[in-house]
Amino acid sequence: MSKYVTRFGMLAVLAAAMALPASAGEYPDRPVSLMVAYSPGGATDFQARIVTMVAANDEYLGQPIVIINKPGAGGKVGWNKFASGSKKDGYELAAYNVPHFIAQSIKFKTKYNVENLEPIANWGADPAVFVVNRDSPFNTMKDVQDYAKANPGKITVSGAGLFVGHHIAYLQIEKALGEKLKYVPHKGGAPAMKSVLGGQVMAGVNNLSDAYRSRDSLKILGIADVQRNEEFLPDVPTLAELGFDVDDSSVNFRGVMVRKGTPQEVIDTLAAKVPEMFKNKRVAKQMKAGGSPLRVMTRDEVKAMWAKREEFLKKLLAGL
Amino acid sequence: MAILCGGTIGGLLLGATPGLSPTMAVALLIPFTFHMTPTHGLMLLGAAYTATVAGGAISAILLKIPGAPANIATALDGNAMAKKGEGARALQICFISSFIGGVLGILVLIFLTPVLAKWALGFGPSHMFWIAILGVTIIGSLDSKSVIKGLLAGAVGLWIAMIGYDSIQGVERFIFSEHLEGGVHIIAALIGLFAIPQIIEMLEGGRINRQYQIIKVQPHSIVAAFRETISKTRAAVIGSVVGVVVGLIPGAGGQIAGLVSYDQARRFSPNRDKFGTGESEGVVAAESANNAMVGPSLVPLLTLSVPGSPTAAVLLGGLLIHGIFPGPNLFVEHADVAWAFINSLLVGQVLMLVFGLYIAGLAAHVVRIPPPILASGILVLSVFGAYSVQSSYSDVVVMLALGLGMYFLSKYGFSPAPLVLGVILGPIAESNYVQGQIIAEAGDGMFAYFFTGALNLFLIGLVVASIVYSVVSEIRIRRLEPRTGVAS
Repeated sequence: MSKYVTRFGMLAVLAAAMALPASAGEYPDRPVSLMVAYSPGGATDFQARIVTMVAANDEYLGQPIVIINKPGAGGKVGWNKFASGSKKDGYELAAYNVPHFIAQSIKFKTKYNVENLEPIANWGADPAVFVVNRDSPFNTMKDVQDYAKANPGKITVSGAGLFVGHHIAYLQIEKALGEKLKYVPHKGGAPAMKSVLGGQVMAGVNNLSDAYRSRDSLKILGIADVQRNEEFLPDVPTLAELGFDVDDSSVNFRGVMVRKGTPQEVIDTLAAKVPEMFKNKRVAKQMKAGGSPLRVMTRDEVKAMWAKREEFLKKLLAGL
Repeated sequence: MAILCGGTIGGLLLGATPGLSPTMAVALLIPFTFHMTPTHGLMLLGAAYTATVAGGAISAILLKIPGAPANIATALDGNAMAKKGEGARALQICFISSFIGGVLGILVLIFLTPVLAKWALGFGPSHMFWIAILGVTIIGSLDSKSVIKGLLAGAVGLWIAMIGYDSIQGVERFIFSEHLEGGVHIIAALIGLFAIPQIIEMLEGGRINRQYQIIKVQPHSIVAAFRETISKTRAAVIGSVVGVVVGLIPGAGGQIAGLVSYDQARRFSPNRDKFGTGESEGVVAAESANNAMVGPSLVPLLTLSVPGSPTAAVLLGGLLIHGIFPGPNLFVEHADVAWAFINSLLVGQVLMLVFGLYIAGLAAHVVRIPPPILASGILVLSVFGAYSVQSSYSDVVVMLALGLGMYFLSKYGFSPAPLVLGVILGPIAESNYVQGQIIAEAGDGMFAYFFTGALNLFLIGLVVASIVYSVVSEIRIRRLEPRTGVAS
């Protein structure tokens, strides 16, 4: 019962805080919002809710973080609104998905790019894996390569949409195999996985966390990352180990950002406290329970990662 | 038990609010389960899912605003009944048939899951494409007197569905205004097309005559409602079977279950001419179908960890947060939680029936509210509902614009139902065609992919049968009624 009391208490605080004008207290003196560019219940939304659930603790922000969903067009709607219309006072944060938003800013006319956004910290990293159905004749990446050599363009590979992590991984794998495959974009990771399980496509690129859950009906042939995943799939080799030139460029990183122009002291406060919040024990426990790999990175590390991705994606997507 | 009751009552209320679809309601409740034990959390989600599906019928019947796409067909006859003062009867029948369909669906989930899971996964892009086309064939005959007008409205719906970034290639289409960037959300379209024309008409009527016609609300006994529903065996059977089959197919979802079964029930009914004028058989068919789909829609999720519908995808998040991984081992590793969840769906059905019947008598009095007051109430609910879907002001603008357009179209005898069906079916047909095309190019070509295989041929057969039936019955009606009534 006491939990409900605190919940109502939080709501009351929230209501009171909204009614007050922004007083000159120390940041943050009222609840902070976090915009998620995907719908409620999706992986990004569900992880964002877990990693922010202890924000109101005194050692972190001392204020709750409220999730606001603005889904549409693969994240473009939410991020466009964020980069053009949100306040630069540190009370409006957003969740980012790399490589999605960087790839979109290169391929489409978007109002956002790595220049007008400031990273705060990274909470998760979900690498892409190459999967085939349990009944598939392919047992190794070598089998896939040999078949593709004999039947160019005949291997159908499902993934979630164009210019998202799965597609980037697919492009890298196709290049590394040196053979033509066929990419079949789906409306999201779940339908793409369904196509592999249902035998509509011959292979798929999907999230490690989702593949891990369906591991009994799949064969997971390789991970598109620079290291193995010791926590969930210690036995699955990376594609690089198998001799294919695929790095961690397609790994789906999730974290928090603000708009450029937010006061430096606010950014500093967030950059110091938010990564600590992501490392909280309860957060780590819930993330693990949900099968979501946690990878906490500081502001400086994320900055370097964004710059590296931007450079890589510009080269990869130039020819498309 | 308190959780189950709370979940059910809350679910009925959330479901009755336009814009709060079952998917939204479950998504909103997930954070509340963070602090509960897995069993309690999932019981809450299960009860809420069951109740929101049925709750959507309340606003559909009383206000002709479907709470979710699943309730469109319910609005057609249910609202006509409510306008005659038979709201209580309509609601009672609706909840009883929801209960029948719902329980049947969950029994399918309990006993046939292992058998059906593989079968459900077998549906590929070519099959989904033909299913969408089958849906298109009923557009013409749905809730409009003229086939041409129905088809025109359907075509406009298909066009509206194209607005925004196309979901496969990411190409911009028809984005004339910033508000259209995210496309037209089905819920915003649904509220706008159904609610706004009504609001305008109510206000219009209020200006012309200040004497309101008082509709007498007829009380209706629950026993009689049971008897009536049971006597509509044909509609209930059609509804439940269609609901179970459509629910199993991943990607189709409950959105079309109600409409497909409504259409089938009409074709097989001797009273087919009365459909749309307050025929209780229509309510039975629609509601038994969209509740029967609840259980089977969870089959692929629970056994293979593949969510077959948007709501199932959200439920997956709710399961994962508690460390429960659905899949073949679910009933081995977490048998207690899994059964608690399934039982909560079943108990939720019973509670839904009890609470539903209780409020039916009271809720029916909504029609006695003077139109101008009711209109402003609906307007508030509509704006709230459209905004709450994605907390987006653009959705409100789109909702109002579509509603205004629909008001003028309705003056010319167009109906919103075929239009909405177009909006729903457009993306299913298109994305599956595009995917099928890519797969076919890698395989044996378009013809082999779309036109061979038993399932493809069976579905094509249904499409042809549906078209032939419509043509034949159209001709028969024209012959029976030479140059009267038909031409509207």
